[in-house]
Formats: sequence, C-alpha cells, structure tokens
Amino acid sequence: MIAFLAKRLAVGFATLLASSVIVFFVLEVLPGDPARIMLGMNASPETLAALRLEMGLDRPIPIRYLDWIMGLAIGDFGRSYTYSSTVMDLILERLGVSLPLAVIALTLSTLIAIPVGVFAAARRGRAADTITMGAAQVGVAIPNFWFALLLIYVFAVGLRLVPAGGFPGWGETLADNWQALKALILPAVALALPQAAILARVTRSAMVDVMGEDYIRTARAKGMPHRTVLWRHALRNALIPVLTIMGLQFAFLLAGTIIIENVFYLPGLGRLIFQAIIQRDLIVVEGVLMLLVATIILINLAVDICYALIDPRLRLSR
Amino acid sequence: MSLDPVFVPTPKRNFFLRALHNRSFLIGLIVTGSIALMALVSFFWVPYDITRLEVANRMQGISLSHPFGTDHMGRDILSMIMVGSRNSIAVAIVAVGLGMGLGVPLGTWAAARGGLPDDLLMRFNDVIFAFPALISALMITAIFGPGAVNAIIAIGIFNVPVFARIARAGALALWPREFILAARACGKGRLVITIEHILPNIASLLLVQGTIQFALGILAEAGLSYLGLGAQPPMPSWGRMLFDAQTRIALAPHLALFPGLAIAITVLGLNLLGDGLRDLLDPRLRHTR
Repeated sequence: MIAFLAKRLAVGFATLLASSVIVFFVLEVLPGDPARIMLGMNASPETLAALRLEMGLDRPIPIRYLDWIMGLAIGDFGRSYTYSSTVMDLILERLGVSLPLAVIALTLSTLIAIPVGVFAAARRGRAADTITMGAAQVGVAIPNFWFALLLIYVFAVGLRLVPAGGFPGWGETLADNWQALKALILPAVALALPQAAILARVTRSAMVDVMGEDYIRTARAKGMPHRTVLWRHALRNALIPVLTIMGLQFAFLLAGTIIIENVFYLPGLGRLIFQAIIQRDLIVVEGVLMLLVATIILINLAVDICYALIDPRLRLSR
Repeated sequence: MSLDPVFVPTPKRNFFLRALHNRSFLIGLIVTGSIALMALVSFFWVPYDITRLEVANRMQGISLSHPFGTDHMGRDILSMIMVGSRNSIAVAIVAVGLGMGLGVPLGTWAAARGGLPDDLLMRFNDVIFAFPALISALMITAIFGPGAVNAIIAIGIFNVPVFARIARAGALALWPREFILAARACGKGRLVITIEHILPNIASLLLVQGTIQFALGILAEAGLSYLGLGAQPPMPSWGRMLFDAQTRIALAPHLALFPGLAIAITVLGLNLLGDGLRDLLDPRLRHTR
C-alpha cells in the first residue's frame, strides 16, 4: 500500500509540475506586454522600462518561471496587474463563492443521481426504468447555461423567489447569509442537474452489472430483504465506477462554474479567470489555472486511493 | 464496467435488420439526419436573409411569418438557427477529426511499442486531462483571441487524449490475439499490422466514441460562443444567440427557448445514435443494457 501511495503521489506531483510548465510558457509567449497594458499606450519609454524592471519582466523567461514556481510552493502567487491586491488574496476572496457553489452542486447531483440510478436498476426493463433513463438522456443533452436561463426565467423573473444574478456577499447576520445562500441556489441547481443525469446513468449501469453477480443471488437466497440486498450489497460494490465518474465530474464542475458564474454574475474563481484573460492579467490567470489543475490532480489522486482502499486487487495491478 | 473493448464483427445483413429494431439508433439517426439536412438546406435556402436587419420588426413573438419569432435586430430566429447549425456542426466535426487524427496514431503507436514511449504518452495524457476543455479553450483564446478556428483547436486538443486512450486500450487487447501472432509470424512489421489488422478491428469502437465526442463538441462550442470566445458576430451561432437572449429574457423569453432547444435536440440525437451504435456493434452488450 505504501509503495502504491508513493508511486501515485510521485506521478501526481510530476503531472502538476508538467502542467505548471505548460501554463507558464504557453501564457508567457502571449503577445502583449503586461507593463504596457497597465500604463496605457501613451506611456513614455522610461516609465515603461522602470515598471518592467519593477515587475521583473526584463529577466529571461526560465528565470521568471523558477521565481514563479518557487513562489507558488510557499503560497506566494504574485501580485495582480489590474487589481490592487495579491493573487492569493483574490483567490481566497473568490473561493468564498466558488467553493460553496461547487460543494452544493456536487452534493445535490449525488443526492439526486444515486437514488434515481438504484431505482432504475431495480426496475430494469420496466416502464419506470425507461422513463427515468429517458429523462436522464435528455438531462445529459441540456447545456447547463441554457438550463440556467430557463431557471432564471421561471424562478427569478416569473416567481421572484430568488435573485436573477449577482452576489450580496457573506455577512455577519443570519439574514445576510441567507440572502447570500439564496443567490447560489439557482446556479447550483443549474450545475447539478446535467451532472446528476450523467451520474444516474453510470449508477444504473454499474448496479445492473453488480446485480448479476453470484453474491447477490446468495444474499437473496438466504432470505435477505430486497431493500437490504439493493442498498447494502449491490450499491456498495457498484460505487467504484460511480466514484470514478464523480472524480472526473468534479473537473467538469470546476470548468462549468466558469460559464455558470458568468450567467449569474457571481464573483467567483470562474469569473475571475475569465475577466483576467480579457484584461490580460496574466499572473492572475496563471495562479487560478494552477489552482484548478492542482485541484483536479488531487481529486483524481484521492479517487485512486479510494479505489485501492475499496478494492485491494487494484493496489497490485500496474 | 471493465469491458473488453474489442468488438466481434457481425454479418452485414444481420446488422441492418437489427438496426431497424434498435430504438435508440433509429431515433438518433432520424434526429441527427434532420439536423444535418437543415444545415445543408441553409446553404441554398433560408426563410429570411439574416444579414438584413429590420429593427422595426424586432423581438416579435411566434407567428405564421416568423415561426420562432425575431431577435433584437429583427432577424428571423428560424433562419438564424438554420445558419447557426453549420457553425456548430463544422466546429464539432473538425475538432473530433483533429482529436482522432492525432489521438489514434498516438494510441496505436503506444500500444505497438509498449515500454517507455507508452508510459510517456500515458503520462502526457494525464497532463492534458488535468485541463478541462473549457480551461484549455480559455488559454488558447488568451493567446490567439476569440474565433471559430480557435474554438476548434481548443476542443480538438481535449479530444486527443480521449482517442489516444481508447485506441491504445483497443489495440492492447488485440496484440496478444492469435491472428496478430500469425501476422507477426509472416514477418509483418508493427506499422503494417497496425494498419491492416488493428485499425479495422478498433474502427467500430472509435466510431462510437466519435459520436459521443461529437455531442460533447457541440456542447463545448455552444459554451464557448456563449462566453464570446467562439464564432464572432455577424456569424450566427447557437451559443451567441443565447447570450443575446439573456438580457432580454424578461421581455422576450422565446429568444432563449429555440437556440437552446436546437442544441439540446442535436446533442440528444447524437447521444442516442452513439448508444444505438454501441448496442449494435458490440454483441456482448446487447442483452445487458
């Protein structure tokens, strides 16, 4: 187990390092000088040179890469070119929106998908199965930002239950926090439903596979109630593929927040990176990208480790 | 879930008979065919010229003369959707082609060589996989600026590791088989074996995955154009139409309805086609799904 863990950690770290090289070098060859963008077109060459020196842009790219990566290692992401704060502060501030959003969406999609998938598998081939899986097929095809627009029309414009966009920020009182939470409900539902549709399909097919196994027949034969067989024996074994997809989905969820935060004008990480790209605030783009990539690698690592815990055979393969 | 991805070829006549009885495949084929037909027709005929702006007719509701209404510049929405379908289809097809064109040679090469090249390729795949399509698209548009071509590159790059993985897994399962051994015994090289024996046997696998990636490509393109990173106006695109509809949703909700329906129906059709193809091409799955 320790050898397995060490190998996986090493691979994850190498992937992260390779990603950092890609992120930095791809963005640094970008046309457009950050110093010039900050000062505008009419800046004198002297001020430009002075700012370039101050920002360290006069040094060769490999040196700047080393400088940047060493900074990242100790949590120093640099200073934004357009906002008057450090990238770390910006990220922490925006995480207050994106993290709750992603967690609510993932929880919601899991809570919907697993019961639906188990239900459909238990009624395989019957009308209930056909209907739920047909609905899931439609759910997979719906773009989340279109679904978001429909939700806005019904619940914000029509029923006026929740705001159509914007975020009031977390506050001191319970009422303030309720207002903030209310602003996250529609975005979370919009993110969760298409994900739930995918997860429900995976859960169903994993359950169908497991239900054909001998130990399920044994459990049935010894008179165990149907419900116990389904939820305790079958679901537990079906969780491996479900877990894989959840890990992969988290990456899509993070990417999905970029669009959804733009639909709802939420000041989260997705909107931060989108605006930073438009404003050529490279250091912010690089910082947020690295954070997203690191999260994805970490999640995949966690999924791999969970596998090994669930199924000892996987520790030995490869 | 760990299915041996090698398909057993089935007789042709049998295939068409079964295709007629496969509901997913039939519905998917009809829907996808209709969308493709709509895109083709748009080259020769659309109800209204979408380059002519008639502000007097803006944001009209559903009527006989404009079945889907008109947008904020008085353009006919049905015509916009018809012309926009070309953009969605073109971007998705070229992106999938790019992914296949690079991914399949890489994957089959890794399977044929094994060892270090194989390991390196798979680790490289992991790195690309750590960047979701939208994020790599953001990076690419940061460098080259927004546009349909850059959307293609961004979605295409994300497709490379997908096809590399599938092709590698399919090829790896074939290499130990007797007919490959026989070919090797005849003195055929790895390249010849890959072209003559491996590729035809993983073709159906790639076809199914290609259909699914096509659907994902349509969704990704719509997302990028919604953010303003895909096709640029005046070229109509479904994602951009939704963006334009958003600020006017309280006044004219139908503006947001039809472009979204177009995306959802296209993606649904392709997914059904992919599911149907998988059932038809892999006999072992036929009774378990």
